[in-house]
Amino acid sequence: MRAMVYRGPYRVRVEEKDTPAIEHPNDAIVRVTRAAICGSDLHLYHGMMPDTRVGFTFGHEFIGEVHEVGPSVQKVKPGDRVMVPFNVFCGTCFFCARGLYSNCQNVNPNATAVGGIYGYSHTCGGYDGGQAEYVRVPFADVGPGLIPEWLDDDDAVLLTDALPTGYFGAQLGDIVEGDVVVVYGAGPVGLFAARSAWLMGAGRVIVVDHLDYRLDKAREFAHAETVCFTEHGDVVLHLKHLTEGLGADVVIDAVGAEADGNLLQHVTAAKLKLQGGSPVALNWAIDTVRKGGTVSVVGAYGPLFSAVKFGDAMNKGLTLRMNQCPVKRQWPRLLEHIRNGYFKPSDVVTHHIPLEHIPEGYHMFSAKLDNCIKPIVVPSAA
Amino acid sequence: MTYTPQKPRLAESSDKLRARIPGWGADLDPADRPSVPRERFAPEESGAHWEYPDEQPELWPRERSLEHTRLPPVFGTTCPPKGLSGAIRKLAYAKYSEGRAAHWLLLMAGDRVDALESALRSMLTLRPDNPVTQTGVLSEGKRHGMSSRLGHNRADVKHHWMDPIIVGAPWAGAAAATYRLFRRR
Ligand SMILES: [Zn+2]
Ligand SMILES: [Zn+2]
Repeated sequence: MRAMVYRGPYRVRVEEKDTPAIEHPNDAIVRVTRAAICGSDLHLYHGMMPDTRVGFTFGHEFIGEVHEVGPSVQKVKPGDRVMVPFNVFCGTCFFCARGLYSNCQNVNPNATAVGGIYGYSHTCGGYDGGQAEYVRVPFADVGPGLIPEWLDDDDAVLLTDALPTGYFGAQLGDIVEGDVVVVYGAGPVGLFAARSAWLMGAGRVIVVDHLDYRLDKAREFAHAETVCFTEHGDVVLHLKHLTEGLGADVVIDAVGAEADGNLLQHVTAAKLKLQGGSPVALNWAIDTVRKGGTVSVVGAYGPLFSAVKFGDAMNKGLTLRMNQCPVKRQWPRLLEHIRNGYFKPSDVVTHHIPLEHIPEGYHMFSAKLDNCIKPIVVPSAA
Repeated sequence: MTYTPQKPRLAESSDKLRARIPGWGADLDPADRPSVPRERFAPEESGAHWEYPDEQPELWPRERSLEHTRLPPVFGTTCPPKGLSGAIRKLAYAKYSEGRAAHWLLLMAGDRVDALESALRSMLTLRPDNPVTQTGVLSEGKRHGMSSRLGHNRADVKHHWMDPIIVGAPWAGAAAATYRLFRRR
């Protein structure tokens, strides 16, 4: 089969690779029809995630058609159109039993601090991802969901990570009616988090980024006020002034390790890889939220330490909440919201890229060319 | 006001927001939020029909975190460790737990070595690494490389110049090493 493979920092190519086989009785092999490139794929692409091996296939956001199933699979069959959460999870370990699907203990030998994630380095279990023609899906009775007939492919692929993660980020904020919510990052996750904050009763939503085309989207798609941080020498001070000195009740970090805005942090984290990620957005979040407020983190960071302003968090009495999103828990409610017209997930899709052109897709997305927000990869057989 | 008990007044009331934004307040009640409470016992939801899953066969000694008391039943099997990078990775897993910086720094070192040895190995194949096509830099011409950057006040443009150095440094290093090797003979 054809598959994207990693060759080293900033370099990927498309290769002929063995089609995956059933390795466990509850495996399925899925023929991919849509895969998305995600902002967190850039951490891998830039060589920031430990144990990212040459020859590894990325892609944790994908949908497809079931091609083959193992002998113990009962819930899906060949020909089914399925969406697959980015989490690999067993359904019955201590953590899955408590609904913490993103923290499953049974799927990642390489680390206990993170669960299993498709196409997200060996640190997340060493599973090849979906930016390929076929992908192995473990625990086919647990993770995948049938795509309702009324749901488009582009909407469905956004239900595998970006939309549930944004929505989850707003939930972690414990928003109450009338709260002022600041969202750092106007990528797909930030846009969905901002949109979700209104569903939970926010009284004001402010989105911060530096890419003007994304801030346009935040105003139009997420109905948010926007702040371009390069227009203010001190963006935290500006936000304090916007909130009469109080700060926001809830701040959501939808940026993670690739944060820009501080060259020193960028060089030590993104370039020299001496931190688990550049915590610029997280530090701004800690400083922007009001005393006693909540910071919700859904941006991805690496396992190495980051230079975070922890003293401020302590002195301000903050609640810090975070996790990888347990995607499957979000689906029933999100499907209702989509049906009711509260969300059209594919509104954030800007590009469709043939799998064969994926190196150019990565560069475009990484360098933010052509007003790119969400690129979707289409294998030629799809 | 920060210096008195009241919260600052909002520009728009809840009623106005409800009228303006589709779905405003649909999940106002925390009971409608699927991740509230955070931990929830719902075995009927998962679809699993086992208490402990079948175990996938271990085809080679699978590297694993010291913090695991056993090999988990399911794991990825792509890209087994090989070469010098493989030895570094195995060492990181065998010696240091996830709590130790040495674990992660060794894995990062393994990644750098892997990129270099794979590039060298690719020179012996019919398809050597090609920095031009693999970096996707050709998209600059097709996807408005200049106009996407100029006049937009973007924070990241300031460090884009470093990217080619990061990609090119291993190649420059390898070329320099080869040159010195041959000059000595
Ligand atoms: Zn993602
Ligand atoms: Zn589990």
